[in-house]
Amino acid sequence: MRDPVFPHRHLLGIEGLSPLEINHLLDLSDPYVETNRGTDPASKCLRGRTVVNLFFENSTRTRTSFELAALRLGANVINMQVEASSVSKGETLIDTAVTLNAMHPDVLVVRHPQSGAVKLLSEKVNCAVINGGDGSHEHPTQALLDALTIRRRRGKIEGLKIAICGDVSHSRVARSNFYLLLTLGAEVRVIAPHTLLPGQVERLGVKTYTDMREGLRDCDIVMMLRVQNERMSGSYIPSVREYFRFFGLDREKLSLAKPDALIMHPGPMNRGVEIDSDVADDFERSVIREQVELGVAVRMAMLELLANNLHADAVVADAAQ
Amino acid sequence: MTVEQPGKVAYVGARLLDPASGLDATGDLLTEGEKIAGLGPDLFNGSPPSDAVVVDATGLCLAPGLVDMRVQLREPGEEHKESLRSGCEAAVSAGVTSMVCLPNTQPVLDDQATLEFVARRARKLALTKVYAYGAATKGLSGKEIAELGLLAEAGALAFTDGTTAIANSQVMRRVLSYAVTFGLMVVQHPEDPALASGGVMNGGEMATRLGLSSIPREAEIIILERDMRLVEMTGARYHAAHVSTADSVEIIAKAKAKGLQVTCDTAPFYFALNELSVGDYRTFAKLSPPLRGEHDREAIVEGLKSGVIDAIASDHAPQDEESKRLPFAQAAFGGSGLETLLAVSLDLFHNEEMGLLDVLAKLTSIPAQLLGLQAGTLSPDHPADLILFDPNSAWKVDGDKFLSKSKNTPFDGKPLQGQVLRTVVDGRTVFEASNHARAA
Repeated sequence: MRDPVFPHRHLLGIEGLSPLEINHLLDLSDPYVETNRGTDPASKCLRGRTVVNLFFENSTRTRTSFELAALRLGANVINMQVEASSVSKGETLIDTAVTLNAMHPDVLVVRHPQSGAVKLLSEKVNCAVINGGDGSHEHPTQALLDALTIRRRRGKIEGLKIAICGDVSHSRVARSNFYLLLTLGAEVRVIAPHTLLPGQVERLGVKTYTDMREGLRDCDIVMMLRVQNERMSGSYIPSVREYFRFFGLDREKLSLAKPDALIMHPGPMNRGVEIDSDVADDFERSVIREQVELGVAVRMAMLELLANNLHADAVVADAAQ
Repeated sequence: MTVEQPGKVAYVGARLLDPASGLDATGDLLTEGEKIAGLGPDLFNGSPPSDAVVVDATGLCLAPGLVDMRVQLREPGEEHKESLRSGCEAAVSAGVTSMVCLPNTQPVLDDQATLEFVARRARKLALTKVYAYGAATKGLSGKEIAELGLLAEAGALAFTDGTTAIANSQVMRRVLSYAVTFGLMVVQHPEDPALASGGVMNGGEMATRLGLSSIPREAEIIILERDMRLVEMTGARYHAAHVSTADSVEIIAKAKAKGLQVTCDTAPFYFALNELSVGDYRTFAKLSPPLRGEHDREAIVEGLKSGVIDAIASDHAPQDEESKRLPFAQAAFGGSGLETLLAVSLDLFHNEEMGLLDVLAKLTSIPAQLLGLQAGTLSPDHPADLILFDPNSAWKVDGDKFLSKSKNTPFDGKPLQGQVLRTVVDGRTVFEASNHARAA
């Protein structure tokens, strides 16, 4: 039987999920945190299943996290790194999907530089698909691990003031977090210069600030986003030093948030660009390493959930024959 | 290939619709050879000439064939997307008897030879009459003026850089000034390439949600505002293609009020759809200009009603499957437009936004007049380019059934009313619906 609360085939995004579904996904992830901290985190629940990490974009952290999650569950893991930089290579996306599908994997974890590409691919395969990040669209497991981190530290998400600062325009992490945090009742503030804010972003339900000090005032959580270096040479921002001056998180700006405000970052960090090392390494307030740790737990839960949903379908199909 | 000279054909008992004269009455029409010989309520007094082939048109509308002032035909160069043959077959099935293709073929239609190649190929097909716009600048590069005079002599109806705007103001000014010499208009795709660069859909909440980079409305507005100044400066005739924003309608209205020789068209996409059609990354709804918000769509309908928007063109932009089966940002722009042109336009009539004759005028007499074509009207001694259609007959859009090689219609699955049952070019029937699956 498919999971009664989350009966979906794929996890393509957070947008559209209900509070019930999101909390359920967090509840499923939570126990794995303790398991992973124990002496024997290995499980056999996905033994014989195949997880394919299909990455059309460079990634070390996310891919490793998914790989480790799958291995801990006893699954076979295949990593595929595909160059998708050119348009002509992009044409092979559907072909790649069809080819992989013919090998009957159970779960495909897909990252692609184009928004919507993972959805397109999911329509061509019979297995479960987890969106490992598509363009500037969504990165659902990142939002789930961020939420799990916050929930474990603060006990809840509802009512918290959460500031998300940086390149919102090009960030899939930001979008998935907006949907998730707003759905669970947080107040979400966005802090960025206008060149890094997408059009009509307020309509998603967030408040926008261009003055970081004002935006951070009384915040419970400060979530920093990575700013790509290529956007810092005059195209979106004049220079790194100017960005750091106005939008980089340092101790002085942080002092406006609540005294116990947590600092988060999806990584990899640009120290001295969007975040000062002094703040990033503050072990009392920075939960950046914990985010990485919980990422594995969340991905284990998602792999197990979707593999079981898929298996439930197969059982039903067998019974029908 | 020789085309047989048609004899006399008598169309009996039709609802005659001639937007140019305002005629809307039941009656008959006689064609003789390639021309219309006569028409009117009591033309035959019950007995058509004995040497005429009689077509019983009872209960059907008889109107001038459609004049489509913006299609891309991809020949020469990209015949896998559309050829003159497939484009013309699609056109006649859609009731289009004259159409003007853009010069953005490979090679570009920027010299007499390529222009004459297209004309000759189309003449041989003897289906829809195909005319061409000449390139406004050499190679559509937006830098040097093309041989407008020679192109005009070779039959170019107007000049345009096709799907790119002439961005450089100095070049645009000179193109406009020079075009005045030959009395032909300049057709602009109004979109500032710098502002639109990298964009794939309309700017706003939807693009933000989908994580897609946007083409702001201002890309269109800025070029139109600039061009109005240049038109005023040069005294040229200017036509804005496929306007898509409320501000565009305002700008054109103001220019007309000032007495500038400015006209514009829009495509069915822009009065029948809005950006919501992009939905979950539907690449068939990736168009240029992009589908806009509902407010803009409503303004385009108003612009058509008020007459600020002169004409409706199909903006037929054929793409092959491979160009659309891609992630949204990588997919090609453009929609197959010919075969839905009439029925989607008739929505304006069925929704009681406009009268039937007013809708037809934007598809026939007005574009013909803008282009200087002897077409688009039911008048004696005019070419017998006609359509018989049933405005109420219902069908459902199925791109796979299109005669065009291009199946990329953003209207796929949409129920529509209005079907062409017979298309006549120069007195010859070139299409009859009974032979064709789409009518079923």
